[in-house]
Amino acid sequence: MQKLLLFIDKVSTWVGQAFSWLIVALTLLVSWEVISRRFFDSPHAFTFDAMIMMYGTLFMMAGAYTLSKNGHVRGDVLYGFFSPRLQAGLDLALYLLFFIPGIIALVWAGYYFAADSWAIKEHSSVTADGPPLYHFKTVIPIAGAMILLQGLVEIVRCVVCLQQGAWPSRMEDVEEVDVAKLKEMVHVKDEDIAALASIGKGAAK
Amino acid sequence: MNKGVWFGFTIMALVVLGTFMLLPSAAQMTSGHLGLLMLSLIVVAIMLGFPTAFTLMGMGMMFAWIAYNYDINKTLDLMVQRTYGVMANDVLISIPLFVFMGYLVERANLIEKLFKSLHLAAARVPGSLAVATIVTCAIFATATGIVGAVVTLMGLLAFPAMLRAGYNTKLAAGAITAGGCLGILIPPSVMLIVYGATAGVSVVQLYAGAFFPGIMLACLYLGYVIVVAKIWPALAPPLPAADRIVPLPAVTKAISADGSGNAVTGLFSALRGQRPGVPLAGAAVNLLVSLLPAIAIALSLLVIWHYTTVPEAVQSTEGLVEMGGASNATDTQKDIGGLQEPPKDAGGLQEPPKDPQEVAADKAAADKAAAEKAATDAAAALKAKPANDAAKAAKDAAATTRLPTPTWLWVTIGVSMFLTFCFYYIFNIVRLEIFKMLLGSFFPLAVLILAVLGTIVFGWATPTEAAAIGSLGGFLLAIAYRFHNKWQSLGAGAANRMSASSASAMRDLGPILKESSFLTAKTSAMVCWLFVGSSIFSAAFALLGGQDLIEKWVLSLNMTPVQFMVLSQVIIFLLGWPLEWTEIIVIFMPIFIPLLPHFGIDPLFFGLLVALNLQTAFLSPPVAMAAFYLKGVSPPHVTLNQIFVGMMPFMAIQVVAVILLYMFPAIGLWLPQTLYK
Repeated sequence: MQKLLLFIDKVSTWVGQAFSWLIVALTLLVSWEVISRRFFDSPHAFTFDAMIMMYGTLFMMAGAYTLSKNGHVRGDVLYGFFSPRLQAGLDLALYLLFFIPGIIALVWAGYYFAADSWAIKEHSSVTADGPPLYHFKTVIPIAGAMILLQGLVEIVRCVVCLQQGAWPSRMEDVEEVDVAKLKEMVHVKDEDIAALASIGKGAAK
Repeated sequence: MNKGVWFGFTIMALVVLGTFMLLPSAAQMTSGHLGLLMLSLIVVAIMLGFPTAFTLMGMGMMFAWIAYNYDINKTLDLMVQRTYGVMANDVLISIPLFVFMGYLVERANLIEKLFKSLHLAAARVPGSLAVATIVTCAIFATATGIVGAVVTLMGLLAFPAMLRAGYNTKLAAGAITAGGCLGILIPPSVMLIVYGATAGVSVVQLYAGAFFPGIMLACLYLGYVIVVAKIWPALAPPLPAADRIVPLPAVTKAISADGSGNAVTGLFSALRGQRPGVPLAGAAVNLLVSLLPAIAIALSLLVIWHYTTVPEAVQSTEGLVEMGGASNATDTQKDIGGLQEPPKDAGGLQEPPKDPQEVAADKAAADKAAAEKAATDAAAALKAKPANDAAKAAKDAAATTRLPTPTWLWVTIGVSMFLTFCFYYIFNIVRLEIFKMLLGSFFPLAVLILAVLGTIVFGWATPTEAAAIGSLGGFLLAIAYRFHNKWQSLGAGAANRMSASSASAMRDLGPILKESSFLTAKTSAMVCWLFVGSSIFSAAFALLGGQDLIEKWVLSLNMTPVQFMVLSQVIIFLLGWPLEWTEIIVIFMPIFIPLLPHFGIDPLFFGLLVALNLQTAFLSPPVAMAAFYLKGVSPPHVTLNQIFVGMMPFMAIQVVAVILLYMFPAIGLWLPQTLYK
């Protein structure tokens, strides 16, 4: 069971990280288009659609990855003070109440939305010969299914936490604020910070 | 469980109970009342700490289902259309790009240098360390936009430095936390994009509008710190002389041992061989560096002159494209020119400040006569030509004759020449060293920010394009600093190890790019999924007619626009205590925005006030993230309460800034109104 959970975690992470490279591609695409249009006077009609598709795919596919790293924004005002058991209980209830119905509806609706688009071989109407849109619309059910799968893993985590009284550990990943790394970056050691305590005492006298 | 938790639960229960009490009996209940119920439930549900995006999505779906009279197909359609709307949103697309730029700039690792050079440059100002802290925060936070990283880094760098110098703990903590949050307001910021996408206001106008309020807030912080340091020196004692010594390299030391000699004259005499022992190449490089400000000013004046006097006949599309491209260069030059001033100011002007104006005025009067004469001559010459030839003639003339130079340009030239002279008068060897340090840390970031912002605000690029180019610039910055640091750590005379260190710097680039993209993906997913949830939620709210009900209620109160404005800002201020800015903007702005036309309030102006107001959300306990990040890296004797108390004066300054902006809307609206008439 535990193995299966970690496996799903890994899949979400891997997919999310693979799609996160789209940001590099997006940067290069937009920069190339700007340079080509400004300096060589040759704009490309498809870039606008391509840009939108890259951005949409990037954030949709990273949704499950973000969930697996507990990265979706929470109202922290009380949650942080709760005991792990209470946190898990509330989370479990709300996963069942809001998350599961909402995401299932999204996958369901997204499936038919994409199917319709495939059926008429829909193309973008931004330009005269817009690129096909059906691939892009297919992202909705796929991303929804991924996030649903990851949500099930999170539900199991809640149950585990309810039983054991502590949150099961997650896989490590890059953090926005990784204190150890930042300390290394500016060459500050823990001893230096500890040494400041004496100054504080001196000032207090 | 502690008291705080019970207090929170009590409040939540009261909210729910209160809503049910206020609702009319079941017979009279309309769907609008259901909308209000939904709104109070969402606040409670967010407080429970479940990921907000999914709370919004789930609750929005249920209420949309009710609003559609239990028609499941319509509900599903609404959900997927709203989701697709966020995926294909051409405003939100710049979020990942700006976030990516921020992570790359953060990894360029130049904050240490930035702080050091700024605090040497500000050494004579009262409270110099706090001043340097706020300036560093403002610049770095603006470029990165990541509050947590900026506060943590400054907590590691500036906090120990300030404590060691005997600063008051609360003042030091307040300066770091308040400064670190500036990046959320000063454009290019993600908050303004989210507001623009929610409220349907142009992000370009928001950027133009938020620039001066952001600068104003930073200046208010600086003013507060300086005044405090001046009145109570015990809170922020001046730096001991030992900490202010600027290490001089051998070349410049040979010219003037104590560093007080004038840089330009000293270097000139060294070049002419009058100072034995000074290597010529070193002196030449230093001279070139010290002449950079003058060159930049001269170039920017020349470019301004070129564009103000260029004849208007050139109107072909080709010319336009060229102008756009070239004016990018103008902007950069101008930025450099404008930025040259801080070191000069920091050094303290030795002349009384009135002089430049007087001199300029005299000069202007003399020039005015000449300019006017030239203008009449040119006009007469043009009139003399036959009308049918005029177009052709003007085109020919474009290559040779120019329009007369306007008076204001002469004034500008005069003032800049005078200021340049003052600058070089006080520009000694020590200041040359400080200038070189700033050149390596402050200017690249400032140029990057101003280039990105300038191209957006002046309409040469869309925010998306500017953000992409900015990311590229951030990456180049990260590469440049990586190489620079590796080479510097080698020391002199290690040419054979140079290639090895270059290779190791190259190896670092992979992780930089990888980490930045992963973090970007997570942050964008967080913001954009929240947007998906909120757009489903606000659709349900509007379907239920909750919006109509609120509108009727607000209009029935017969408020004046001022009262409405004050009330709305107070509500947003209060919401900032328990909620984060993302939630406030995506959930509550759709409620406020439709009310604005009734009171004749400009959504742009409202957005600027909200952006300034939401700054307080970062400093208001208990969810002030900045305080927790600082606590995480501060020595054990600094308590969370001390940090909170230290933040309070800065929060008061933010409220003052909101009031100032409200009293003088021109602070924010002048730039957009001038540019986009």
